[in-house]
Amino acid sequence: MKRALQLLALTVALAAGAWWLAAGARAGWTQTSVPVKTIDDVTGLEGIAYQKKFVPGIDFLGAALLGAGALAGASLMFRGDAQPGFQQKHNDSNQTINT
Amino acid sequence: MTLASLGGGAFAAPQAFDFKDPKGVNNAIFKLDAPLEAINGSANGVSGTVTFDPSNPGATKGRIVVAAASLHVPNPMMNTHLHGAQWMDVARQPEITFEVRELKNAKTSGDNTTADVTGTLTIKGVAKEITAPVKLSYLKGKLGQRVPNLQGDLLVIRSTFTIKRSDFAINPAAPQDKVSDEIALTLSIAGASPR
Repeated sequence: MKRALQLLALTVALAAGAWWLAAGARAGWTQTSVPVKTIDDVTGLEGIAYQKKFVPGIDFLGAALLGAGALAGASLMFRGDAQPGFQQKHNDSNQTINT
Repeated sequence: MTLASLGGGAFAAPQAFDFKDPKGVNNAIFKLDAPLEAINGSANGVSGTVTFDPSNPGATKGRIVVAAASLHVPNPMMNTHLHGAQWMDVARQPEITFEVRELKNAKTSGDNTTADVTGTLTIKGVAKEITAPVKLSYLKGKLGQRVPNLQGDLLVIRSTFTIKRSDFAINPAAPQDKVSDEIALTLSIAGASPR
């Protein structure tokens, strides 16, 4: 369980970081729409329309890293998975003491 | 000369231009400085009527309306706050209006007129007189190029000016080191006068 949570935390952090970088490493706030500008040929005016698009910002990256940190922190509440070799040796030594 | 002037005057008459744009190009852009990044947004719910006389641009009158609900910023949380009671209170104050009182210092060159427009700007129910530079471009006979099967003229209005949000009770409690008091506004609109 401990290892699974740690792997999940790492995956969340890496995936969020990669997504943020791939989307342009936006240093501002997350956007769910982006302005699309068009020029009206007759009047010369610049029109603005908004297109739905998710662009992760620094708040998205921060929240993802915070979540990854929480997962990594939660993993400390679980005992480490016992290694099979270590468990066998531990059992053998107990038997020797008992005899 | 007098006859020519009278003749010219007889032909020229104030025209009413409707600013409800079927192409949805008309817009007002706003910008407020903030620490992480400036808050940039726009509104496209523009309507209103302006009466313009090509032979006497200084006599321009009219009223421009911006639907407060059409104000938009790309961040969804900011958008909710923007429309909320503290900021623009769009549910109770659905319109932002500008009523033209007079044009001063009008200078015309060809189809373009620059002037200082004075009028009453009403935002969030607070009315305040402001003066802003404005550029009017009269595009005679160009409506057909923009809207097929319609003949007439276009009037393009451009203006950039600054207001203070504290003057209009736009979230006056918001600290100015978090969001600037000054709001930069740019209006780019075109009105049609069909024949």
